[in-house]
Amino acid sequence: MRNKRPAYSDLMKEIREGKFVLTGELEPEKTTGLEEILVSARAMKPYVIAANVTDNPLAMAFMNSLVPSYVVQRDVGLETVYQMVIRDRNRLALLSDVLAAAHLGIKNILAISGDHTVLGDHKGALPVYDLDSAQFVYMLSKLIDEGVDLEGNEIHGKVPINVGIAANPNANPLEPEILKVERKTKIGADFIQTQTMFDIDLTKEFLKETERLNCPTLIGVFPLKSFGIADFFDKYIPGVSVPKDLLESMRKCKEEPDKEKRKMLYDEVNMEFFAPFIREIRKTTKAAGVHVMAVLYERILEPLVAETM
Amino acid sequence: MIITKQKPFEKIMEMTEPFGKLFVVGCGKCATVCQTGGENEVHGMVEKLSDKISGFTVVEEPCDLRLTRRDLKEHKETIAESDAVLVMNCGVGVQTIAEYTGKIALPALDTMFIGMTERIGRYYERCKACQDCILDETGGVCPIARCPKALLNGPCGGQVEGKCEVGEYKDDCAWVLIWKKLTEQDRLEEFTKFRPPRNHYTKILTTKLIS
Repeated sequence: MRNKRPAYSDLMKEIREGKFVLTGELEPEKTTGLEEILVSARAMKPYVIAANVTDNPLAMAFMNSLVPSYVVQRDVGLETVYQMVIRDRNRLALLSDVLAAAHLGIKNILAISGDHTVLGDHKGALPVYDLDSAQFVYMLSKLIDEGVDLEGNEIHGKVPINVGIAANPNANPLEPEILKVERKTKIGADFIQTQTMFDIDLTKEFLKETERLNCPTLIGVFPLKSFGIADFFDKYIPGVSVPKDLLESMRKCKEEPDKEKRKMLYDEVNMEFFAPFIREIRKTTKAAGVHVMAVLYERILEPLVAETM
Repeated sequence: MIITKQKPFEKIMEMTEPFGKLFVVGCGKCATVCQTGGENEVHGMVEKLSDKISGFTVVEEPCDLRLTRRDLKEHKETIAESDAVLVMNCGVGVQTIAEYTGKIALPALDTMFIGMTERIGRYYERCKACQDCILDETGGVCPIARCPKALLNGPCGGQVEGKCEVGEYKDDCAWVLIWKKLTEQDRLEEFTKFRPPRNHYTKILTTKLIS
């Protein structure tokens, strides 16, 4: 078993202190502006310890995630989790971006495979996959803990970064997923962040199966801002489906013609589903916290925190 | 076997359009089995392009320079008088024939992959010629050829009920197959172990094998 890496980030510090943490999510889009991201970051700051910044999610070509990861920390004072997919960069480019991130004061990296290019908006692109996400974690461990790159060349300066990995408790069969997570925890993951969960039993089963790995886990939840988003999520996000009842409740909200009333109805449905869900996780499991992927739906955080924390 | 697919005929028409006389070369091995460039297909092509054809033949194994030389010898003059050679082979055959004849070689087929034949018309990619075979560790299932991300430490989060996110969940996730095989063989330690990044240096430099 490898030695525990120091807690470099506030996220990691709070987890190690045993606090139940909440993290948020920011999504750069096909834009050169950061105004929306900054508005979201400011809105979520009172409720979360850190925010993930997504890296071309669903293989859509957006603004890179490093710049907003940095700007959010600098201008909003909200710590970020810099998501890095291994789909779009070979080992040279990954290393370059990690060193740049260290220079810019990024303290968390989430090392992930990324959805395949054929799912995205540039379906004809050549995907890279020089390293896989486990090998990227291996490279990060070399950089962070040993101060060398994959070839053993010395890095000048420190890389004080904590490393997160993704896991999908919805995976069926689950065992290969657990074994994969185990592999990554052994080579240098500090925390696990799960795919969106709607099923409390699956969440608990995953936590039980991974308890022996002794790696703090943030359970992903995705409050659904609108029926359109719920429907899209259900249809197009690999490995996730929205429970039929929840989807039906969202569909009913959509029928409300008044915009403000509709928003309230959506919020009610979300609170009814997610508040007990998060409370259950907090009270009955050893999860380190919850990763709330409420992209552009920050208004749900206030009641959610009030009801669950 | 090298799996090939015939280009759409319109594409072949377009490609051959600038040339007057064409000599057609088929393949007696893989393209014969795939029914893309064997005797029947060569005859079919000759019939369709009849007014342009100077001659035709099927080389036993066009990827072998020796057999190409042997089988094309008797057609030397006809080929010399032709404007181009229409080659119903994989990319290796096209290049061998281009090299031997010195003629403009036109590929009538697209080379798909190194594959397994289930029956005619059903082929499955099984090898990427990665030069570093680990099938002993992966229960006989190749993650380089069969995982669209070529992961050495899979599965990724894109497997749903054992199916892959690429291709709308119709194909098996290679890493779930590997896990099943290694479980059956009671060799799960091969699954759990970490495989470090590959060294692509040798592969990049190795484009020939000479002993």
